[in-house]
Amino acid sequence: MELLLNQVLAGIATGAIYACMALAVVMIYQAIDHLNFAQGEMAMFSTFIAWQLLQWGVPYWGAFVITLALSFAGGIVIERALFKPLGNAPVLTHVAGFIALFAIINSVAGLTWDFTIKQFPSPFGSSPFLGSQLISTHQAGMIGVTLVLLLLLYFFFQFTRIGLAMRAAAAQPESARLVGINTSWMIALGWGMAAAIGSIAGMLIAPVVFLEPNMMGGVLIYGFAAAVLGGLSSPFGAVVGGFLVGIFENLAGTYIPGVGNELKLPIALALIVTVLVVKPTGLFGRAIVKRV
Amino acid sequence: MSALQEIVDTQPIETTPKKYMALGNYASIVVVILLCVAPLIAKNFVIFQMTMVLIYAIAVLALNILTGGSGQFSLGQSAFYALGAYTSAILMEVGGVNYALTLPIAGGICFIAGYLFGLPALRLSGIYLALATFALATAMPQLLKLHYFEAWTGGVQGLVITKPDAPFGLPLSQDMWLYYFVLVVSMAIYVASVNLLKSRSGRAMMAIRDNEIAASAMGVDVALYKTLAFGVSAGITGVAGGLGAIAVQFVAPDSYTIQLAIALFLGMVVGGVGWLPGSIVGAAFIVFVPNIAEHFSKGLSGAVFGLILVLIIFLLPHGSRQIAYTVQGWVHKLRK
Amino acid sequence: MPFPALRHARCAALLAALSCLAVVTSAAPALAQKAYDPGASDSTIRIGNLMPYSGPASAYAIVGRIEQAYFRMVNDQGGINGRKIEFVSYDDAYSPAKAVEQTRRLVESDEVLLVFSPMGTPSNAAIQKYLNAKGVPQLFAATGATRFGDPKAFPWTMGWQPPYQVEGRVYAKYILATRPDARIAVLYQNDDLGRDLLKGLKDGLGERASRIVAEESYEVAEPSADNHIARLKASGADVFVSITTPKFAAQSIRKAAELAWRPLYIQALVSASIGAVLRPAGLDNAQGLVSAAYNKDAADPQWADDPGMARFHSFLDAYAPDVNRGDNSVVYGYGAAQCLVEVLRRAGDTLTRANVMREAAGLKGYTPDTLLPGIGITTAPDDFHPIEQLRLMRFEGDHWHLFGPVIDGDLRN
Repeated sequence: MELLLNQVLAGIATGAIYACMALAVVMIYQAIDHLNFAQGEMAMFSTFIAWQLLQWGVPYWGAFVITLALSFAGGIVIERALFKPLGNAPVLTHVAGFIALFAIINSVAGLTWDFTIKQFPSPFGSSPFLGSQLISTHQAGMIGVTLVLLLLLYFFFQFTRIGLAMRAAAAQPESARLVGINTSWMIALGWGMAAAIGSIAGMLIAPVVFLEPNMMGGVLIYGFAAAVLGGLSSPFGAVVGGFLVGIFENLAGTYIPGVGNELKLPIALALIVTVLVVKPTGLFGRAIVKRV
Repeated sequence: MSALQEIVDTQPIETTPKKYMALGNYASIVVVILLCVAPLIAKNFVIFQMTMVLIYAIAVLALNILTGGSGQFSLGQSAFYALGAYTSAILMEVGGVNYALTLPIAGGICFIAGYLFGLPALRLSGIYLALATFALATAMPQLLKLHYFEAWTGGVQGLVITKPDAPFGLPLSQDMWLYYFVLVVSMAIYVASVNLLKSRSGRAMMAIRDNEIAASAMGVDVALYKTLAFGVSAGITGVAGGLGAIAVQFVAPDSYTIQLAIALFLGMVVGGVGWLPGSIVGAAFIVFVPNIAEHFSKGLSGAVFGLILVLIIFLLPHGSRQIAYTVQGWVHKLRK
Repeated sequence: MPFPALRHARCAALLAALSCLAVVTSAAPALAQKAYDPGASDSTIRIGNLMPYSGPASAYAIVGRIEQAYFRMVNDQGGINGRKIEFVSYDDAYSPAKAVEQTRRLVESDEVLLVFSPMGTPSNAAIQKYLNAKGVPQLFAATGATRFGDPKAFPWTMGWQPPYQVEGRVYAKYILATRPDARIAVLYQNDDLGRDLLKGLKDGLGERASRIVAEESYEVAEPSADNHIARLKASGADVFVSITTPKFAAQSIRKAAELAWRPLYIQALVSASIGAVLRPAGLDNAQGLVSAAYNKDAADPQWADDPGMARFHSFLDAYAPDVNRGDNSVVYGYGAAQCLVEVLRRAGDTLTRANVMREAAGLKGYTPDTLLPGIGITTAPDDFHPIEQLRLMRFEGDHWHLFGPVIDGDLRN
């Protein structure tokens, strides 16, 4: 029983990473209705900017805020420069655009900061949390930040004018334009916010996994899985999905004899696909009525 | 109704008029002649590159049938490619089967695997299907190196394959023989695919692609045709995988990662979704553009590749078929 | 199909004409003994190379950049026996299919004399058969898989670094000597590195391999090794062998410390770099680590006055000032390039592929600047593993403390 409890706790600790990333994934999905394959790389790049600022002697919170602002601006620039011109191109062409962006960012980061791992500081420290060695104060802090972000996003999308406008622009661009929403800028704003949230995710994840150009590759797969499991239309679902994937994966690695350890990612993914087959819009996603 | 849902369910690609799915007769003849003559004037390693282009073209074409034909999106083609490659490799090296005979077996096994995978995939669409296929692609290398299969797969070390010689004492180098062999296989697959899409089944698939609900209201067995499309696509990919294994003379789990699935996907987009002749353009992109990119900068080859890709999708958001249509327009004008 | 035959005939004629020309131009008696294969001439030696400049393994491409820089330095100093090195390095994106394509381009289009230091097991395995069929040296393959040192089956393929299995045996010997009743836990990367090293470890432990109480593998795609460490600690092991690449190695070291798990901690040498692994993981967490080494660590203060490392640093100052010297791959690339230059220098004016292989198989205790004291490169016609010696070391304070004798792990025994 104690082993089970420990494994669940350890699963929650890694789940916090996935939840954080999943939140960023859902954020951009809300804004542009696509999964952005370059999201992880954008977050990684932001984190490197923060790291560079810290190297230059900027205090942590200063670097944090500057990175947030730069990421927000960067997201908007990427949208304006790369995806707005693609405008009416087919959705698969957009996906190709994400892949191109992925390649560019990864390569530039590798050349600028090389591929050795870098230590990234945590604002929460890394001592045991409440006496449990399995969850550190950093991971607890990460869960806390994720939940606060979640709350903020909820209020933003539910109650603010601009949040509502963004949702409308993403879900029903035609109608949104008719009621006077500048959908084009709403999308750019969505990119900016997604990049900013991604940078927070990156800065929280980096202390755990170490900063390097490929640090998000693995995290993104899990983040996607978590977001899809929870339901892409629900930030809350994404966070829950993140923790579930973390726990799933850890339990599969511990308890499934023989292949469990070697195949825990495929097993976790298979479980998610099974969930999706039963509930195609994810655990907390809203069902969408199809029209002819 | 979400915009993406709308795009994915009703309009994954712009509807392709049927007659445009393939090349015209004259154009086809020109392309075939070019493909036949090219190796006579090329160096051996260029012949090898062209062989790889043809093999990737088969795989891109398979994805095109799935996405362009039935409107289902897949990032998992590398898994079927791997399955086909390993089937061929194991049959040849462990079973001693002739290389040509391994291809239909590889295709058959992949067809079954694809069909079975298509069953749960029926419930998924758009992003969710993308994730499921993505999961398949990530899982495949891990399955291939599993301890339990190591006796056959060679585990992480992979399997080395012997390259076939030209039969009947033909005075052809191994490379040239393999090229013509692949050329014949790929032309057969191309012709069969064009005919498939022109057939009743093909029309049913395209009806599903254009509007699933309407198609089902008209009496199309949606489940059957969607899984069938998955099976056919996987089967063809499997043949490409088998050919790839023979050409490269080596299979290993690292050959078939998600990178390959992404490359095939890019090949389809660059070639033009739903336009079968574009597959070879897309395949040429997969093989040659990374070489061009590294020519500009070693340290930034990834970035240069990305920039070239961006440039292509800016100029040709609909892929190479956009060029083909334009040319076709000119030809029509000239005739008038 | 008459064309290819015709082309071959024409090629042969051209070659004959060229060799006539060569004989005519080299009329001077001193030059009469020169012999060249494709890629070599009076003025240049063309060398091919594959590196994952793009794709998931691009971290290792720094080796290629250092080798390139090293050859530039050699050229600036007058080249090898008066010949400049032309280093043709292509991107294989760590994909075996691409590796075959690029290798064929190197051999058939660029006509290189040899393929030097191609990176990674999958790429090397994919091109091994082709290069051996063509009789082109695959020299100093940058991988520790055992199959790249098998002169009977592959007379044109030679590795460089100690095979992973040798390293595994060295750790096994150490464990048997110091903790015969150990309960051993292993974390390994699920690829050729992890599996080969684990095999060496088990072979070395012999019947005591049953003392391995817990084995965990991870995939490179996993974000973190933390949970593996938690599980391994739960196994109650008192010896931990970590066969991990830098990121996972650093995570493991830190996590073990966070969990207050203090086994005899053995870290595979691929991640024993102070700058790239131990410092990010925290030097306090790394105290007492045991590893093996054949190269000097560029970030280790004990080599500050070492003449070899001084040459290494002055090379970097001049030719690659912006690289991260803590990266093990930088030292690796320097050593491998220096070793190749030595082989080519010994080959003299007989720059044929066969002679290059002969020289490469005739090194007796050659020591590049970057090898640890006591370790040398020794090859023989039946020994294609250039470096088979390792030294054990323990991390204390801010540097590795070498202990014990040089351990020879010759796989032939």
